[in-house]
Amino acid sequence: MKPTTTNSKSVNSTVGGAKRPPRLRLGHWLGVLPFFVFSGLFLIGPTLILAYRSLERSEGGLTLDNYRQLASDTVMSAYGMSIRISLATAILGGLIGFLIAWVVSMGGLPPRFRLITTTFSGVAANFAGVPLASAFVFTLGRVGVVTALFEVLGVDLYKSGFSLYSFLGLTLVYLYFQIPLMVLTILPALDGLKREWREAAENLGASPLQYWRQVALPVLTPSILGTMILLFGNSFGAHATAYALTGGLFNLATLLIGQQISGDVLHNPGLGYAVAMGMVIIMAFSIFIYSILQRRSERWLR
Amino acid sequence: MTTPPVSGSVTVKSPVSRRRLSSSLVFLVVSLYFLIPLVATFYWSLRGEKDVLGFEAYRKLFADANFLPAFSESILNAVATILLSLLIVVPTAYWVTLRLPRLRPVVEFITLLPFVVPAIVLVFGLIRLYSRPPLLLTATYDSSRFLLICAYVALSFPYMFRAVDNGLRAIDVRTLTEAAQSLGANWTTILIKVIFPNLRVALLSGALLTFAIVIGELTIALYMAQHTLGPYMANLTRSKVYEPSAMAIVAFAITWAAMGIIDFLARGSSRHKQMVDTD
Repeated sequence: MKPTTTNSKSVNSTVGGAKRPPRLRLGHWLGVLPFFVFSGLFLIGPTLILAYRSLERSEGGLTLDNYRQLASDTVMSAYGMSIRISLATAILGGLIGFLIAWVVSMGGLPPRFRLITTTFSGVAANFAGVPLASAFVFTLGRVGVVTALFEVLGVDLYKSGFSLYSFLGLTLVYLYFQIPLMVLTILPALDGLKREWREAAENLGASPLQYWRQVALPVLTPSILGTMILLFGNSFGAHATAYALTGGLFNLATLLIGQQISGDVLHNPGLGYAVAMGMVIIMAFSIFIYSILQRRSERWLR
Repeated sequence: MTTPPVSGSVTVKSPVSRRRLSSSLVFLVVSLYFLIPLVATFYWSLRGEKDVLGFEAYRKLFADANFLPAFSESILNAVATILLSLLIVVPTAYWVTLRLPRLRPVVEFITLLPFVVPAIVLVFGLIRLYSRPPLLLTATYDSSRFLLICAYVALSFPYMFRAVDNGLRAIDVRTLTEAAQSLGANWTTILIKVIFPNLRVALLSGALLTFAIVIGELTIALYMAQHTLGPYMANLTRSKVYEPSAMAIVAFAITWAAMGIIDFLARGSSRHKQMVDTD
């Protein structure tokens, strides 16, 4: 990342400074102006209006009351479920994704497996939404194929407490796009492990386990943690899959916002804005931590 | 791409083959998790006709009066999104690389925003911002559609910017630009005749990824009351029994096609680069 920036700085001074007369400085901005105007209108503006409304008192003036009301039962249980599902799918997705990435990159399998895995991960990571929900309904729904297979074996999944429309069910569904995302993000980090490190460790008499515990894992930890946080955000903001699966009636933060758009289900518009902004704050926080960890891991893995 | 060499592969054969065995086992188990839902859905999609396996569900899906209009509208929206996104992102990435590197952190920050503002929050904000004068855009179907496409363009920024930026890093923008300049080309000519063609692979990858994301998008289209593929699919799952499985398979095939082409392009260009490197 860094070299290009410094490189192009010198470019700027020759191209922009020496060859072009200074009166064209405004012209410099023309290339990026559409981007900033567009982002302002359709990305930043909409977010800012929600931020403003969330702080607005109904009689005028600013207040933090709406944020205090986030502690209400409806909101807290929706946030709670979102956070639980996101944590579970981030940790499980992270671990399984890491395992798969390790298996296809250094597990001794033919290179073909790696190619299949990355291509499939690209597809599955983008397969969220209605089709994914449908696929799981046909698999683990009340009349799903796997549910039916279990019935043949004498196990009634739904009578024994399983439901696709629950914490466990949604976690299973979300893993379908979380694991591939982990694989795609962590593979480059695994590739960054230098062969010399392993050789050096071996020459010093380290066992494979010692190499992993004392060299590879410490180097990889920021990447692994960072990507897990990315997965957390990815699941926390997911709406379409849960909507398609539950018809929008499950107790989830994104679905609560959806209900609030359709009608004032919280009986307080201001609270609706605060719920949305709370989401933005949590997402911003996780992306922030992710980028810090990512920068840390770049120190070793290039 | 190459598997790391296994040290002492001749003398200590058993730990290596044991590792290969456990690797295969892990791969198999996780593959099952990913394949079973696809197989199950495909199986359901073949059961559209009573007592026989066949493609009746697909035939019914394509014959549905609402399917093709929704599908073609989604394709048009995706194409419009891609064109508008390219039009905005390419000059921005180019300028930031070559002329205004100080702006790079700001631009990168903005292109990350769609990850911070989830689609459901974005559509909430858009509706609140554009549902009353002077910025009334949600009043008619077509103006809402315009708003939807603009929202998609914003959502495509992270993917498009990264793709274009990677593409720009791979070619020597400065030399190309200076060569074109010394031949008397102006900025528009440079962008259209020199930079665009050299970025073909990067642009196509960004475009296809955008296409895969936009084509079945549900959240924004739903709350903007658009008759696109996402809401259509959601409706279908509630009203029909076998068609949704056919629909899911079709959607999966579309995503697979888009990603497959991206992979193919990437492999072609890296091979090309390797050839150039070894020269």
